[in-house]
Amino acid sequence: MHIYIGKRLLVAIPTLLIVSIFVFSLQKLLPGDPILAMAGEERDPQVIEFLREKYRLNDPVVYQYGYWVANVLQGDFGVSLRTNQPVLELIGEKLPVTIQLALMSMIFAFVIGVPMGILAAVRKNTVIDYVANIVALSGLSIPNFWLGIMLILLVSVKLGWLPASGYESVFVDPLRSLETTFMPAFVLGTALAATLMRHTRSAMLGVMKADYIRTARAKGLSERVVILSHTFRNALLPIVTLSALLFGELLAGAVLTEQIFTIPGFGKLIVDAVFNRDYAVVQGVVLCTAVGFILMNLIADVLYVLLNPRMRASL
Amino acid sequence: MSTMMTAAAHAEMPAVLSVEGLTTSFLVDGGWRPVVRNISFDVMPGETVAIVGESGSGKSVTSLSIMRLLARDQSRVEGRVLVNGRDILALSERDMQAVRGNEVAMIFQEPMTSLNPIFTIGRQISEVLRRHKGMSKAQARAETIRMLDKVRIPNAGARFDEYPHQFSGGMRQRVMIAMALASRPNLLIADEPTTALDVTIQGQILDLIKELQEEEGMSVLFITHDMGVVAEIADRTIVMLRGDVVEQGQTADIFRRGQHSYTRELLAAVPKLGSMHGHAWPLRFPIGDIGSGKAEEPIEVANTVDTRKTPVLSVRNLVTRFPIRSGLLGRQTGAVHAVENISFDLFQGETLSIVGESGCGKSTTGRSITRLVEPKSGEVHLDGYNVLSLDQPGLRAMRRSVQMIFQDPFSSLNPRMTVGATIAEPYLKHRLGSGGEAQGKVADLLRKVGLAPEMTDRYPHEFSGGQRQRIAIARALALNPKVIVADESVSALDVSIKAQVCNLLMDLQEEFNLSFLFISHDMAVVERISHRVAVMYLGEIVEIGPRAAIFDNPQHDYTKKLMAAVPVPDPERRGLRRGTSIDELKSPVRPAGYEPPRREYREVTAGHFVQV
Repeated sequence: MHIYIGKRLLVAIPTLLIVSIFVFSLQKLLPGDPILAMAGEERDPQVIEFLREKYRLNDPVVYQYGYWVANVLQGDFGVSLRTNQPVLELIGEKLPVTIQLALMSMIFAFVIGVPMGILAAVRKNTVIDYVANIVALSGLSIPNFWLGIMLILLVSVKLGWLPASGYESVFVDPLRSLETTFMPAFVLGTALAATLMRHTRSAMLGVMKADYIRTARAKGLSERVVILSHTFRNALLPIVTLSALLFGELLAGAVLTEQIFTIPGFGKLIVDAVFNRDYAVVQGVVLCTAVGFILMNLIADVLYVLLNPRMRASL
Repeated sequence: MSTMMTAAAHAEMPAVLSVEGLTTSFLVDGGWRPVVRNISFDVMPGETVAIVGESGSGKSVTSLSIMRLLARDQSRVEGRVLVNGRDILALSERDMQAVRGNEVAMIFQEPMTSLNPIFTIGRQISEVLRRHKGMSKAQARAETIRMLDKVRIPNAGARFDEYPHQFSGGMRQRVMIAMALASRPNLLIADEPTTALDVTIQGQILDLIKELQEEEGMSVLFITHDMGVVAEIADRTIVMLRGDVVEQGQTADIFRRGQHSYTRELLAAVPKLGSMHGHAWPLRFPIGDIGSGKAEEPIEVANTVDTRKTPVLSVRNLVTRFPIRSGLLGRQTGAVHAVENISFDLFQGETLSIVGESGCGKSTTGRSITRLVEPKSGEVHLDGYNVLSLDQPGLRAMRRSVQMIFQDPFSSLNPRMTVGATIAEPYLKHRLGSGGEAQGKVADLLRKVGLAPEMTDRYPHEFSGGQRQRIAIARALALNPKVIVADESVSALDVSIKAQVCNLLMDLQEEFNLSFLFISHDMAVVERISHRVAVMYLGEIVEIGPRAAIFDNPQHDYTKKLMAAVPVPDPERRGLRRGTSIDELKSPVRPAGYEPPRREYREVTAGHFVQV
């Protein structure tokens, strides 16, 4: 097992290297010069030159990349060109917000999507199946931002049950924190729930055709045991893999959702940084996201192995 | 005490299973189509009844109807099924669950897929005991280990916590049997339980079922297509044809004095080991027609072999190994020695059969010769080509001389291509002629394999298994090859179809002077169509020689064991035991750096060599 995880981590290194090169070059290719943005209205050539020296922007690109990587490896992601705040500090501030949002929407997605998928599979081609499919299709086709705005209109403006925007940390006021993140997490979760439902349904249907399910029935097991134990445990395997991939979708969705609900999270951080051509922040955030994505996939792979005895043996 | 006596002694007792007027229909295109029509039979206490028939006869549907395991919205079961006098078709689903796996248990054909891969085998057997006998976890564990011992799984205690993939096919079927017998059912339904197993393993499993039946005194309903298995295990036999029971009676009577023409035809088509004694050349199968049941005299294939010329295929010291990698850096830690230092010749017009059990390397041999897998070393000369040194264009040209026919006629044809396009494809790809010429060629080939030229525009799903295999043969013939590698080409076919396709191969051999490398595990078919036979074991040829020499005078222990294990359709053999040795097939996996020992061969008679 340790060897397996070690192997996977080793594979992650070149992936991260490629991501870092990509992120770095993308910056260089983007139109717009951050120095000009920093230098202010006057654009004093001396100031500009000073700033260029300071940020070593006069060195060859490869050197610049080298400096950056060397610093990152020492835990120094640089400072925001805009606010002079260390990037790591910014990330440390915003990341927990988005993690909370992501976790809550994952919970939403699983609580809604998986049981709905199981039910739709068991009651295939009945009203329940059709309704579940319509719900799922709606969840997939309704854009996040529209659903968000509608929810704000209904729940916050009309009914006044939940705040329309803002955020409170769990560590300060847990209840208030839940109130502020409930709607955005729900909005984010619905699209994932729909994908999960569709995949759970097809995974369940696939497993239900298996010979060993017939064996389970031939043993006289109750339908509940056949479905929830024998079928679902097997159908869970592809769902685990899918969840890690959904995580990427989640981050993309968070960008929009955080804007709508004005939540000071990762999504908002990256949008602001891109608009301000804040190189260091964008680099830090994208790298951090990549690490998160790789980590999620690693966790999914490890879970997959733990759930699947055939994989366990090959380790 | 023989099972027959038990059956007689219990004759006065009520039947364990009594099927009365069972009709099962499936929902097809909105209408109910019956697939089993109004069948009735009894199974007495301690008795073994076999239902025999070909695919589509409704034998498996019958067993699933009794267990009520068919999808409820897609099927309708009518009639009465009495188990110990109670009509189980009238039970609620909940009450039926208490019957399944308890009074009536079932084992299935596919031991590889019939066990849940993510639960330990111990858990899966315990589940039955906890469900039906209300045992605690600890009690169930103890009883399960006892059952594993009973089905002769060595080291049962330690294997309780292992997963299905850690067991071989034969061992998994033992686990299935242990699971079925755990709750001491009155009736065991065995649906083709040995069909997917190697012949030596099949013998062991049949022995096991017979022994357990005597110990437990249960009844067995045995579903099979194999007349040899029927003869060996059944007290009484029911013959089914397209959903009807055409005949039932004592097994010996059915075999000797079968009344229905289909029964006689079925029996005539069954290849029998040893039936070729006294014949010098391959012999066609007698094909009867279902109407009269009379079979015409089979015709010997004319001598097609010319051993004076250079062989069309010559294999020397062929070695194919598959590396096994593991560890952090994927270092090679061993290898599957799939084909290990084999040599043989194949002459024009000759059929050389390679026989052996799964994993012996017979398929890899065929693929190595055509370079569908890359051999490690050796020499292959085929129709003037030095096969192992060919580049890609050379390889393409060489493949005009050798073609393959595979086992599964359902997956080896592209479902989106018409039959005509499939057959014409190799002809056109090798630029042997224009599109118009190809059409003529296709019509010609279809006729040659016994199909109508008008079928050229149809798709594979419109054909039966036997017809599809004919199409695959036509495709192989499109390039006028000299050698055809037939890899288990008739194994998936029903007996009567199998006989027809084998006859077709022999016809084609006579007409085109073809050479066949016939890869098969079916000894009886091999005996019928071969000129020479090679027996493979763990990647090596252990015995090779003329067909008559191998079958009449086998020398190697493995060859003898293989022949003894083949079920023969002779009811005299009922009660036969092969001994309880449960040796598994050994594995050809070797550690890195393993040097295979040098093998010596002894010539028994002219051309008959055996490994010493």
